[in-house]
Amino acid sequence: MPIDIDISHVARLARLALDDEQLERYRRQLGVILEHAARVQALDTEGVEPTGHPLGFTNAFRDDQVRPSLERDVVLAEAPDHRDGYFVVPPALEGP
Amino acid sequence: MTWEPVIGIEVHVELRTDSKMFCGCAVSFGEEPNVNVCPVCLGLPGSLPVPNRRAIEWITEIGLALNCQISPVSVFHRKNYFYADLPKNYQISQYDVPVAHDGWLEITVDGETRRIGIERAHMEEDTGKSIHLGGGGRIHSAEATLLDFNRAGVPLVEVVSRPDLRSAVEARVYAQELRALVAELGVSDARLEEGSIRFDANVSVRRRGTDEFGTKVEIKNMNSFRSLERAIDFEIRRQVDVLDGGGELVQETRHWDEEAGVTRGMRTKEGSSDYRYFTEPDLVPMVIDDAWQAEIRAAMPELPADRRARYLSLGVDPQTAGALVGAPPAFRRLFDEAVDAGADAKAAANWITGELVAWARREEVDPAEVAVTGAGLAELVAMVAAAELSASAAKDVLDGMARGEGSAREVAERRDLLQITDRGALEAVVDEVLAEHPDAVERYRSGEAKVVGFLVGQVMRASGGKADPRAVNELIRSKLDET
Amino acid sequence: MSLADLTIAEAAKGLRRGAFGARELIDAVLERAAKTEAELHAYLTIDHEGAREAAARADEELASGVDRGPLHGIPVALKDNLCTEGLETTCASQILAGYHPPYDATAVRKLREAGAIPVGKTNLDEFAMGSSTENSAYGPTRNPWDTDRVPGGSSGGSAAAVAAGSALGALGSDTGGSIRQPAALCGLVGMKPTYGLVSRYGLVAFASSLDQIGPITRTVEDAILLLEAIAGHDPADATSWAGELPDFRSELGRGVEGLRIGIVEELSGDGYEPAVLAAVDAMVSSLEAEGARVQEVSLPTFDVALSAYYLIAPAEASANLARFDGVRYGLRVPGATTEEMMARTRAEGFGPEVIRRILLGTYALSAGYYDAFYGQAHRVRTLITRDFARAYEQVDVLVSPTSPTVAFPVGARTEDPLAMYLSDICTIPSNLAGHPAISIPIGLDPAGLPIGFQVMAPALSEPLLFRVAAEVERLASFDARPEVVTP
Repeated sequence: MPIDIDISHVARLARLALDDEQLERYRRQLGVILEHAARVQALDTEGVEPTGHPLGFTNAFRDDQVRPSLERDVVLAEAPDHRDGYFVVPPALEGP
Repeated sequence: MTWEPVIGIEVHVELRTDSKMFCGCAVSFGEEPNVNVCPVCLGLPGSLPVPNRRAIEWITEIGLALNCQISPVSVFHRKNYFYADLPKNYQISQYDVPVAHDGWLEITVDGETRRIGIERAHMEEDTGKSIHLGGGGRIHSAEATLLDFNRAGVPLVEVVSRPDLRSAVEARVYAQELRALVAELGVSDARLEEGSIRFDANVSVRRRGTDEFGTKVEIKNMNSFRSLERAIDFEIRRQVDVLDGGGELVQETRHWDEEAGVTRGMRTKEGSSDYRYFTEPDLVPMVIDDAWQAEIRAAMPELPADRRARYLSLGVDPQTAGALVGAPPAFRRLFDEAVDAGADAKAAANWITGELVAWARREEVDPAEVAVTGAGLAELVAMVAAAELSASAAKDVLDGMARGEGSAREVAERRDLLQITDRGALEAVVDEVLAEHPDAVERYRSGEAKVVGFLVGQVMRASGGKADPRAVNELIRSKLDET
Repeated sequence: MSLADLTIAEAAKGLRRGAFGARELIDAVLERAAKTEAELHAYLTIDHEGAREAAARADEELASGVDRGPLHGIPVALKDNLCTEGLETTCASQILAGYHPPYDATAVRKLREAGAIPVGKTNLDEFAMGSSTENSAYGPTRNPWDTDRVPGGSSGGSAAAVAAGSALGALGSDTGGSIRQPAALCGLVGMKPTYGLVSRYGLVAFASSLDQIGPITRTVEDAILLLEAIAGHDPADATSWAGELPDFRSELGRGVEGLRIGIVEELSGDGYEPAVLAAVDAMVSSLEAEGARVQEVSLPTFDVALSAYYLIAPAEASANLARFDGVRYGLRVPGATTEEMMARTRAEGFGPEVIRRILLGTYALSAGYYDAFYGQAHRVRTLITRDFARAYEQVDVLVSPTSPTVAFPVGARTEDPLAMYLSDICTIPSNLAGHPAISIPIGLDPAGLPIGFQVMAPALSEPLLFRVAAEVERLASFDARPEVVTP
């Protein structure tokens, strides 16, 4: 049985502006894929720890040292819109 | 009042490391926009985070100072949400295994000391800054938003208290104590006005005597301790008004409006946030074992609580000890030096907290520039104990010392403040005065003990105020009782 | 014979013998590209000027006695999800059209330092999501062996370029088989190192816990040469291995006498083309004849590996691709609000497969579903690693086909995502465990299409892996070349 999902909610979470036709198409496709993916639920994982790094090491840090930053011209050269050294975006509807 | 306020405080502390949390860009403020950025903190494709070891040591210090358990193994998580000032549209943070948890902070309000529970302290990265153009600088009705990512990636420690606070005053004191603590540790500038420390409050009310929690409201945008207290006060009253009027409270986030003196509801989001936390796959777990914790603890400066205990053990009374703990570091060092030089701790503490602190403020002198040394203070204390100086004369001498006029003895001599302690010299003056006032002597002998006060005054005048009044009093009595 | 048909090792010898210079070499390679690109479309960008300048520099250095090692002067292709400073990097997506990274990926920097010459950026499935390179926003790449067929994916462009001789070697990336499968479909050697052996800094992330950069070459020796140049700890990648690196060559030439080789039971049966199974069986017999002890091994969790992968990879990808929002770089589709701008930019800038995986991943992580999907997949991943560990108690290496089929026709699987996902069924387990694996070409099927043989080994066992691979290569004596290169 393909799994039924609230595709518009998921699309909103993922910031994807999809039209109804697209949403429906993805909903069906995802249903099929998820049904296959749900096979993982058949395995008993009681007491099994989720996987970490395959080589199992810890404590990868860097020293608190300042390294050169990028030149601002270089940074802003790729910006779709910038002004006076700032990136510019249209206003947000809501807070974070 | 039948309603009991239940308050928790969330604090965000920016660490004053040299470089950012996950990259080598400088942590510095007030610069041109977007000059301290790199592929990592800008979220460019292909970039990867690497944690700053010093930041981890400092959050551990904060945790230890807050009497927390330090998680032996802790991990980072991704907190996923979209916002323009969040370069990766996820924040590297911690979810279920924070660095520190289950601690407490003591606060004293109206003479009563209570422990406020600390739920956790965790490590995360700060976001960039948004400037909303047009519409009065507020999000709504803005025309465009300017983004500066200098702050993106600065190490941020989030400290979450348990909802143990019961008044706006308590909340303010808690916030102030926490600020003082992190400033004391030297891990943050902790300046509210600059944003290097930020407070959010969670406020609810419940009927006194019940255990259940009421609807929780989050309050943001409190930019001073005063506004923190005012905002929480307002919110408590607002909630009580609503509930007393039979209404229902909405779980929401409200903004404090300093000018209007009210909290305002923000536009509610469609559905609550689903942050979809998962373990950060670009980072490996952190093991802060006992050995490393011991190293970190050893590197920590003496904490206020430990310092206070030390003062008490030296014989300083609790009130003065408290004042000394909060005194400028230069004066605290002076106290330690004075005690090392042999000064009575209680007296030294009193001189510092009772006189020097006020002197420095009045004269607008930086405590570190005040010319009193530990040895000098010890000498002053000894001279007062030996009655070479009256208390008021000693204040005068201290003033001279602080101005750099010399040692206690030098200043006392130069300003002619030394008391006469030579018994022979004193006796001579007493004999003179007694001879000059036979009627007073007569009155004393007929039972008027009070007249001694008059005679002491005369001796003081005759000696130019330099006699030790107690010694004079004793001397007069013994002479009069003799005959 | 054109210089473009030399292997890296052969070219290195020739350069030092003085038979030709780096300039002639790059000219031959660029000429081959010019001849084949119209049909193959292996490249998205060819850096003619940069490559020729680098070749001139290489010649000068070599002439003045500065020898940077075997890759000096060697033309290499780079998959277009590797950041190259100043050179357009699109990840085959519209959302990065015209994007020029301000830095080199560490692996790219190391290649440059080794004197290798980047020819250009090769085509891929968009953001490395796919098994055929048909998901590229800039058109598919064709298989040099049969241009009506796919080269495999996602590193299809790199594979096609090397197969055609428009690069002597290439770097690809492998998250679920994206180096090995195209290598197999294009008759090449493709190798995925132990997770953490090669820095991921500068590799545009698809699935952070699975991605690795690796070589696509014509020979095992060439793969070792490329790996030696790019492997090693990188302080800019917190997941990169800081321990001692194995000497990749230390077991070469020892043959397979006495080695225990396990054939993975689960990686055969329906869905596997008979020619592929026959070729793999034949090679296994040859290895046995050389003294290897062969046995069948069962790793039951392999049956759910694909399912686990299609929860873990999209989940990580959904977060990794969140940064593409029109704010700081790349495509921006206008909107009245930030929310609108972001949502429109992403809906227009991403192709359908990418959108599918972002939605899938977002769902698998979302409240109420995390534990049953992503959480469970991660625990299953541990079980898969345990299955490997158990198998390696009985055998030294595991073998299987690299892909159940040879190259399939363009368009054959694009209607059915699941059918496409099944292409990776043999390669995915190694990514989940973080183990190294390699594909070696062992023959052609009756239609003349290449078949790949996969060897898998435990973490950090690259020396063992290359030892067996070299033996398979020797026994296969595969020296066929695609039509497009025969003069």
